[in-house]
Amino acid sequence: MNLLLSAFIIFVGGSFLSLGLVKYPRVLRVVGPGSVVIGSVLGIQPVLSSLILGTCDFLQMPWQIPMGSMSIGIDPLSAIFAIAILFVSPLAAVFGAGYLKSFEDTHDLGKSWFFFNLLVASMLLVVLARNALLFLIAWEVMSLASFFLVVFEHERDSVRRAGWIYFIATHIGTAFLLVMFLLLGRHAGSLEFSTFFNCGLSSHLVSVVFVFAVIGFGTKAGFMPFHVWLPEAHPAAPSHVSALMSGVMIKTGIYGLLRTLTFLGCPPAWWGWTIIIIGVVSGICGVLFALAQHDIKRLLAYHSVENIGIIALGLGVGLLGVSHGNAVVAFLGFAGGLLHVVNHAVFKSLLFLGAGSVLHSAGTREIDHLGGLIKKMPLTATAFLIGSAAICGLPPLNGFVSEFFIYVGAFEGMSRDGLSSGAAIGGILAITALALIGGLAVACFTKAFGIVFLGEPRSKHCEHAHESCMSMRIPMVLLSLACVAMGLWGFFAFGVMSNVTSVLTSGLTFDPATCGLITPYQDVLLSVTLFALALIVVIGSLIFLRSWLMSGRIQQSAVTWDCGYLAPNSRMQYTASSFAQPITKFFRTFLQTKRYVSPPEGFFPKTASFSSETDDFYGEQVYKPTFNALESWLSRFRQIQHGQLNLYIMYIIIALVVLFVWKLR
Amino acid sequence: MNLLTDSILVLLILASFLLLSSSRLSNCIKTVALQGMMVGVLPLAANDSLTCRVTAIALVIAGMKGIVFPYMLFRTLRESTTIKELKPYVGYTASMFAGVVSLVASFWLDSRLHLPVAASSRLVVPVAFSMMLTGIFLIVGRRTAVNQVIGYLVMENGIYTFGLAIVRDVPLLVELGVLMDMFMAVFVMGIAIYRINREFDHIDSDQLNTLKG
Repeated sequence: MNLLLSAFIIFVGGSFLSLGLVKYPRVLRVVGPGSVVIGSVLGIQPVLSSLILGTCDFLQMPWQIPMGSMSIGIDPLSAIFAIAILFVSPLAAVFGAGYLKSFEDTHDLGKSWFFFNLLVASMLLVVLARNALLFLIAWEVMSLASFFLVVFEHERDSVRRAGWIYFIATHIGTAFLLVMFLLLGRHAGSLEFSTFFNCGLSSHLVSVVFVFAVIGFGTKAGFMPFHVWLPEAHPAAPSHVSALMSGVMIKTGIYGLLRTLTFLGCPPAWWGWTIIIIGVVSGICGVLFALAQHDIKRLLAYHSVENIGIIALGLGVGLLGVSHGNAVVAFLGFAGGLLHVVNHAVFKSLLFLGAGSVLHSAGTREIDHLGGLIKKMPLTATAFLIGSAAICGLPPLNGFVSEFFIYVGAFEGMSRDGLSSGAAIGGILAITALALIGGLAVACFTKAFGIVFLGEPRSKHCEHAHESCMSMRIPMVLLSLACVAMGLWGFFAFGVMSNVTSVLTSGLTFDPATCGLITPYQDVLLSVTLFALALIVVIGSLIFLRSWLMSGRIQQSAVTWDCGYLAPNSRMQYTASSFAQPITKFFRTFLQTKRYVSPPEGFFPKTASFSSETDDFYGEQVYKPTFNALESWLSRFRQIQHGQLNLYIMYIIIALVVLFVWKLR
Repeated sequence: MNLLTDSILVLLILASFLLLSSSRLSNCIKTVALQGMMVGVLPLAANDSLTCRVTAIALVIAGMKGIVFPYMLFRTLRESTTIKELKPYVGYTASMFAGVVSLVASFWLDSRLHLPVAASSRLVVPVAFSMMLTGIFLIVGRRTAVNQVIGYLVMENGIYTFGLAIVRDVPLLVELGVLMDMFMAVFVMGIAIYRINREFDHIDSDQLNTLKG
């Protein structure tokens, strides 16, 4: 606990120190990321020990604020989220040190590092807090720090707009959380988390708390109807910030939801259904919208929605398992969802860093303007390829392991109780959705990787592209290695995950980790690990074989698309849109892609153009009309905002006098 | 002693009415100076045992409220080429009527309010409330910034009187704190008025709404 506290203090100290070092960019370049790295190294040991040994630790200090207390604690559930924070943050920070170098003359990097350190500190505090007030304060600091990081390039209109969307979305979410904690706190008589468990809420109120938690935390996590800020904010933020936000910060929403579930006792079946349906919608729609994007970071942002959907599928299967009293399904669902939290943190931050590296060297995020970068940026390309394979859930990488957990859990739900039971239908739904998501994700990343890194350069942007500097490459290498290592980790993850899930099911009548039902599945995972190892060996030997065969032979290289064309031109290549077209056309009912076509006309056509645009369905069809209606209604109140100082004072006084008279009446 | 306190309190009310009805800024400043002095010496009249400390504080407060603040206001008035008329939003008769209503309301409030300690005079609390309300009314109902400062001073006088009613004895530190606050407030407002005047050639606060977006 002491180490964790000192890590926290180092983050906060580093943030204020970097605020003071604005005048010394060379020192700042070291101190800003340095404090994140040192703090994370300090904090990782207690987190790991809690995760592996399953120990819990708790520390309570009094606090001046009413109802508040400095209660912090760590248990395996906090630890698995903390590990993601403490692993990804330092790597993103090191990447940021290189990435921000080109902004040194134009932007205030002191503030940027201030908020970055603050964001890491507040995320850590969110998962450690054991008091609702402390939790909400950390939550709010986290939201604000990330908002300021998103609007780093605030001189651009689009960035400011994205910032406001994020700001509004996150505060609407917080409003629900506030009500939820007040409900819990009123019945428990205190805002300590320890008093919330079974605090005597009626079953209706428990459902209200659950729904509010899903909306409030789901807004942060990016569940489908509440996800609108992700595709706006992630492209707008600097890449290392997107990596941190998409990889780690949105997971605090999942953490909050799970932590709330531990207060609420045995879940009724419809909770599981709700989460599964949210998972299905987020997963499938997320990946579909990702397919239709032209902006690489926007594409990755939609994939965050998709992966949150996969996580939600796992949690939903777990919840169904709990409510049907099926310990195995509960364990596998929760374990898969939570493992995917860590895995997604690793490969999504890797992909965002890769995208940042591309953006940094080519200067554009438009996929259709890129191409052929594998020759100029081989390391970035390899890292991006590994990340792409991992996010698609392909073995032997880490995405496969967590999805495998969920698949097995869902199959188990189907086979154990017969096809008629609720868990079985949930299982079928989850399997179908996961399979569809996996397939579409492969299509999407084939498109992203193929168009960006293969072929010939499509515009002048990437002709001068170059490999990024050392501090940007090292994090990508480490994250790629982590992707591979965690792909082999499935067997060992089993014990760790049973520690975590036992926190989630601790208040219930059974504990899957101890009842011995789950041990057969350990063998299944052992075979997964062995097969992954074998696959790596095969791939490695194939690469070796190739280089052995190629050595001593003459190699020729030619233009990529050189099959009989007289004058090959980079515009003859597939574009991102044309690659994805068969799929986007199939799903056009959902996507509502707008196409702007002016076809070639006549015998010697001069100009022709085609462009397509896919707006977010919920953003355009749901939120925009709602907020427009709200604005036109609220604009009636503009009249009282007239600028007359005297009358403003009168408002205050009337309010005071009315309160006074009302009290004395 | 009680008679003296009561007569001072009645004079305070009369000063408030005078403020509400007078049309010239210089008159207003003089009146508020007079009122401030009377409020300042009120502890001397209210206290049965005069100590050196209470006397000193009372004199300092009377000096500040009666001499320093009015002097600063007069100087501001001289430096800004403002019109010496008030140009009120609310006419003088209506202002007087509002003053009467606020006095009645203050007596009603006093009857409903159960104070933890008995006030030194039955008039103290209503007069204090009435002065606060009058000050607020002056802030809201008058146009020039100088007049709003005057309203603020009247409100402060009311608060001071109310505090006196509750604690009787004047706690030194608190009083000095209040005095410091007021001094700063008047000082800042003086500067603000000067600035507004220099930027906009007038100190009509109603024209500030041209600044809104």
